[in-house]
Amino acid sequence: MSVTNVVVAGLGGQGVIKASDILADTALLAGLDVKKSEIHGMSQRGGSVTSDVRFGTAVLSPMVPRGEADYLLVLAESEVEVARPLLRAGGILLSPDLIPDADLTNKRSLNVALLGALSHYLDLSPELFLQAVREALPEKLHAVNERAFELGRKVAAGQGTIR
Amino acid sequence: MDRQLLSGDEAVALAALHTGIALGTGYPGTPSTEILETFDALGGRAQWAPNEKVALEVALGAAFANARALVTMKHVGLNVAADPLFTAAYTGVGGALVVVTADDPGMSSSQNEQDNRRYAIAAGLPMIEPSDSQEAYDFFVAAVEMSERWHIPVLFRMTTRVCHSKSIVAARAGGGASAPAPRPHFEHDINGRVMIPANARPAHRRLRAKLAEIGEWGETCPLNRVERSGGDGSIGIVASGISYMHAVEAAPDASFLKIGLVNPLPIEKVRTFAASVRRTFVVEEGDPVIADSLRAAGIAVDSKPEMYRFGELDVARVRRILAGDTSPEVASARGKPPELCPACPYHTVYATLQKHDCIVAGDIGCYSLGVLPPYKAMDTCVAMGASIGVGLGLRHVLPDEEARRVVSIIGDSTFVHSGISGLVEMAYNPPRTGHVVIVLDNGTTAMTGQQEHPGTGRRLDHGPTNQLSIEGLATAIGIPSVTVIDAYAEPEEFDRLLQQRLAATELSVIVARRPCILAAADIRKWEGQAAEFRARAAEQSAVCEPGEENR
Repeated sequence: MSVTNVVVAGLGGQGVIKASDILADTALLAGLDVKKSEIHGMSQRGGSVTSDVRFGTAVLSPMVPRGEADYLLVLAESEVEVARPLLRAGGILLSPDLIPDADLTNKRSLNVALLGALSHYLDLSPELFLQAVREALPEKLHAVNERAFELGRKVAAGQGTIR
Repeated sequence: MDRQLLSGDEAVALAALHTGIALGTGYPGTPSTEILETFDALGGRAQWAPNEKVALEVALGAAFANARALVTMKHVGLNVAADPLFTAAYTGVGGALVVVTADDPGMSSSQNEQDNRRYAIAAGLPMIEPSDSQEAYDFFVAAVEMSERWHIPVLFRMTTRVCHSKSIVAARAGGGASAPAPRPHFEHDINGRVMIPANARPAHRRLRAKLAEIGEWGETCPLNRVERSGGDGSIGIVASGISYMHAVEAAPDASFLKIGLVNPLPIEKVRTFAASVRRTFVVEEGDPVIADSLRAAGIAVDSKPEMYRFGELDVARVRRILAGDTSPEVASARGKPPELCPACPYHTVYATLQKHDCIVAGDIGCYSLGVLPPYKAMDTCVAMGASIGVGLGLRHVLPDEEARRVVSIIGDSTFVHSGISGLVEMAYNPPRTGHVVIVLDNGTTAMTGQQEHPGTGRRLDHGPTNQLSIEGLATAIGIPSVTVIDAYAEPEEFDRLLQQRLAATELSVIVARRPCILAAADIRKWEGQAAEFRARAAEQSAVCEPGEENR
């Protein structure tokens, strides 16, 4: 039973939960079992937020055990060190500096750009990701986020990391 | 098959729709808030009550009228609703009444981590606990069926990770409960519903008889199930709720008795299960409720060390529990704490309280964040509405020079929830030095995600309704000095006013009014819609005026 563990981290208001929603929807569209979990409430007020997404043939606990994340997406530079202990040894960290600021048309689509980078490593088709992006966002934001997704995907591919 | 990715809260809302819940009511509280919001969005009839006690009473009335009713609240909300709850256990219901209590182990957004399974035992009510969104859906349907079958309110316990985690749900084809929702109607049942002692004594016996029957049913009901693994049968785990998910992942080779009906517990089923394995372990979050009950029934079980009573469980902690590991745990990095929004209208209030070295009796809401740096301008925060009573108590006994620095601060929604009685107490038993209550009125229940309340004049769905006037109420209660001010726009004026009111021996209410920065745009939109609605209504009533019939 193989489960992929992803944690998205950042600050309240950065789109952490939107990113994890899109990832979970993508796994759902791919016909996988999926669970996601995060803490609401106080974290809405600009504090640290993390959201866990787990998918595979069968998922039990909705929470990624500490130190067992296969992938860690971090939307705020200040949160990288805070969130790093969540990653397993050999896990892949996708931090905000991965995405060149100048290439990102809208800074608010950093979350989708990092999903693009993540998609490079996963067996989930980019078409499903983009379908989930379109379903999650209003139409006027589709184009800019599709570009952000492709940018992230390209950057990750250019890093030459082989799965 | 229709597969949807839903949170536990959303799954309950969907099940409520499919079971024909006629009325859903409650008070917002993390992690329960989204149940009624989703129920409304799906087309159900959902409304916010001023507090959980009123919500439960409204739902109880609906269930007395043979309707199916739902009431939702967070764990501490059930403390507020406990008074009607305990006696509703005696009266029972005609239709169905499901009471959702959403507990918050680990206190992600709460002031305590009380374990509300204790309420089921104390009130003598059946309690059902789901482990994920599919079970939240399925078990809610079961809760409605149980409530109708035994004419008893059913407690539905969820926890933060069940409420807010999303997992896949397949809704039942053709909807939920096996029987269609009954048509509301009234039948007199004076002996059953008027709880004077002569009626309550037999009612208590009836309740215990129902519970005994439910307990017997629970021994074989599908809510509790045994799962044999391919392992060697040496360890058997008894678990419920989210703990079950963690435990299956942590110990895939164990056998399980998965408990969905946590009160009354299926004692004989557990006894048989325990006899079939070499070692029985109870894995539960929070208090040792199941472990204690099983031990009291003479079943030898192992359970977690005391250190795991605190906080949430997860897979890693369950592994440690099963291994008997009591070595210190690695603390998670704290990260950045939440804070008042940069443009929050309350900044000036806290800055002024800090400047005058006030003793601040605080309350529950995002304004509780005023306790954090840079202001550190809160000295107590205990329960919804407690700021006023606590402030009065401080004023009564402190020496005058200290008493004069005491201020109570309370948000608008919190004030309506349970601050009104405190204000009545203030008028009734005024401290020698007077008192100052500041109502922080940002026009919304901000902390839980901007829900409406009676003071906003809008219903749960943001449509217009009667509006409670906080200043009008304060005046009616008999508070001699009532002032409304925008402290954010007029910080100096607010400073002067506060100093003046602190110096006076008169009772004062200051309403610091300015919309929450997160809700301001929405509030403008809803107010616009309400104005349009009123204009149209006025036009239509003009059409009907005498002399207009020839148009």
